[in-house]
Amino acid sequence: MTSLRSILVTCTLVTLVALSPAVLPAQSPTSYSAVTEGRLLNPEPHNWLMYRGNYAGWGYSPLEQITPQNVAKLTPVWTLSTGVNEGHQAPPIVNNGVMFVTTPQAQVLALNARTGDILWRYKRELPEDLLQLHPTNRGVGLWDNKVYVGTVDAHLVALDAATGKVVWDKVVDDWKKGYYITLAPLVVKGKVMVGTSGGELGVRAFIAAFDAGTGQELWRTHTVPGPGEPGHDTWSGDAWKTGGVSVWITGHYDPALNLTFWGTGNAAPWPGDMHPGDNLYSSSVIALDVETGKIRGHHQYHWNDSWDWDEVSTPILLDVQRGGRTIKGLVHPGRNGYLWLLERRADGIGFVDAKPFVKQEVFTAIDPKTGRPSYDPEHKPTGGKTVTFCPGLWGGKDWPPAAYNPKTGLVYIPANDNHCSTLVGQTQSYEPGKLYLGIDRPKTTLSLRAGATSIGELQAWNMNSGQKSWTHQFRWQYWGPVLTTGGGLVFSGGTNDRKFRAFDATTGKVLWEFTTNSGVTGVPSSFALDGKQYIAVQSGWGVDAQRMQARIDTHLGTKTDVPQGGVIWVFALGN
Amino acid sequence: MSARRSLLKVVAGLGLTLPLSRLAVTRALAQPDSKAARPQPGDKLIRAVAGAPGSALTPATVPAGGPPVIAYPMDATTGAVRDGSRLNQVLLVHLEPRDLAEETRARAAAGIVAYSAVCTHTGCDQWDWDARAKTIKCPCHFSTFDVKDAARVLDGPAPRRLPALPLNVSGGVLVVAGGFVGRPGFQQGGA
Repeated sequence: MTSLRSILVTCTLVTLVALSPAVLPAQSPTSYSAVTEGRLLNPEPHNWLMYRGNYAGWGYSPLEQITPQNVAKLTPVWTLSTGVNEGHQAPPIVNNGVMFVTTPQAQVLALNARTGDILWRYKRELPEDLLQLHPTNRGVGLWDNKVYVGTVDAHLVALDAATGKVVWDKVVDDWKKGYYITLAPLVVKGKVMVGTSGGELGVRAFIAAFDAGTGQELWRTHTVPGPGEPGHDTWSGDAWKTGGVSVWITGHYDPALNLTFWGTGNAAPWPGDMHPGDNLYSSSVIALDVETGKIRGHHQYHWNDSWDWDEVSTPILLDVQRGGRTIKGLVHPGRNGYLWLLERRADGIGFVDAKPFVKQEVFTAIDPKTGRPSYDPEHKPTGGKTVTFCPGLWGGKDWPPAAYNPKTGLVYIPANDNHCSTLVGQTQSYEPGKLYLGIDRPKTTLSLRAGATSIGELQAWNMNSGQKSWTHQFRWQYWGPVLTTGGGLVFSGGTNDRKFRAFDATTGKVLWEFTTNSGVTGVPSSFALDGKQYIAVQSGWGVDAQRMQARIDTHLGTKTDVPQGGVIWVFALGN
Repeated sequence: MSARRSLLKVVAGLGLTLPLSRLAVTRALAQPDSKAARPQPGDKLIRAVAGAPGSALTPATVPAGGPPVIAYPMDATTGAVRDGSRLNQVLLVHLEPRDLAEETRARAAAGIVAYSAVCTHTGCDQWDWDARAKTIKCPCHFSTFDVKDAARVLDGPAPRRLPALPLNVSGGVLVVAGGFVGRPGFQQGGA
């Protein structure tokens, strides 16, 4: 607390000296820089106020002090151990010198961004018999003087930004039925929105909005429509009741349309013959009205998912030039291995274009008007049959977010190629809170394409031309969220060698790399204080990066030890 | 708490003596507590199957050579099934006594070994059986445990073994001989 008081006193002093030098400063928490609608719509370049830095989901910092010419001088400024194992995936979110970081188990750390001193720490006491299938948390949301975190036991908690004290704590749903939250809340116009996970446990997922001040629930929209709702007829029988369709990742927001966009997960259980129909709104992007939560549009990337291809990420909102006109685009590198260009409109979401960015053997065609794929049935898992498909269940791109740099005009995609999965479908009865995969689990395997010399790829795409600009290949799997900067760089970790790297955003050349404590699956961010640019990221291997490593090791008969344990790293240019 | 307070008021209103009222309260509260309480010596075991309580497991009902059976303890006196906590799930495997490590054999009954069925990593409670290696693997994050040898960790992120549960056979059925050897469930981190 002492450090926070120092910051607050300093901030207050600066303000008071400027405005009213005769008044003595008070150590008031109100001197924390309140987060407003205006600030979230136009974040200051020196701050990182939300999951991807802006509502459009770019993962872009306009800061340009660190460049391809000087990035070799990047050096650690401070580090902090989080005290927790497993997947550290949250970005350091920074508001005028105060950094908020979440860790697995829904711990929230408030830090002095300059020094790494702990201002406060929220440690959630989890139920002792909780099941954590995805032991991670992907960050906080900010509004006014509060900090919001969704928890792995399916609560939404509002904390006082200055003290860390709980302002309110709301049950979003029952963890004993398999509901949990991994994403960073999306805050728009005083509404805190979260989506629920639990598709592998047969939940019926939803997105809900809560009043930022009081915690009152304002609306709840299921991603699996119930009886009487549009799309319900794309399900058969009672399959909708346990249909899954998790919401894993923070939505994006278009203020002009007053719509939020969300990626959705696969239908449960995995094999499609166990939930016949298209299964809206699984493996889709859906557009929700901010005020009502009503679904205003959707695009389903693939119907009747059978591959565990959650389309977890929300598309990036960016303008794309095609055919002589500007498209208000939604760009989504899919887990299904296709790069999707959609158009967001007041009346819904339109299909523009899709092409594979990794080798994909499932789709036989894409309808040029609707974008609906046709499938090769030999590669579609079903009950009682052994089916192999590529890319495997982790897909062409999983949850680690892609980024867009408006200066280079490139979209940077953290991809995985040359891996395949084999599944054997097996009917299973549903039990609340239990795994509900519909497969003969011990027979699930991963294989690598014969002769392949790489799996991970950082790809840069020009969406105007629809062409790939460059590719950097990694020998093994790549689980690195991507940050790009106005200085012309791309930052990403994600490999099992514990490296965090900087690439030239234009050429893809590796310009700097640093070996951290663990594998870097955290979302990197950038901020500035006193004119100095910093790059921040969490290193802490776990969850699906670790799972895929285990599958690869089983396939190859190897054993790869990637140490766990979370550390926050902050870098800046040295002398 | 409100139910307990009501009960205390009733007991007090009846003018019962203190030792008697304490006994009455203890008995009245035993039912809900006993469902969440960890396995107790003397408990029997029944299959953990939703909606089908079944009868106490005998050695013959646990298939020799695997796969494992997941069970809940049952209070032998009241018949209350201790399914009030996921942490009470018990994994039973029937193996050849000669294949068991000495410490494990001492806790086994008729070749049946018992462990907490909740992974010490992040609390998953379903298991994939390797019949050849006689190991169990958690499908959530692939930790593998050697059920022949105190459920020690062979592979994966689990930080420690599964707590063992000593067994006996009494009256032809499997009976818990002692509490879990160690704390079941995951360990919350944080400095």
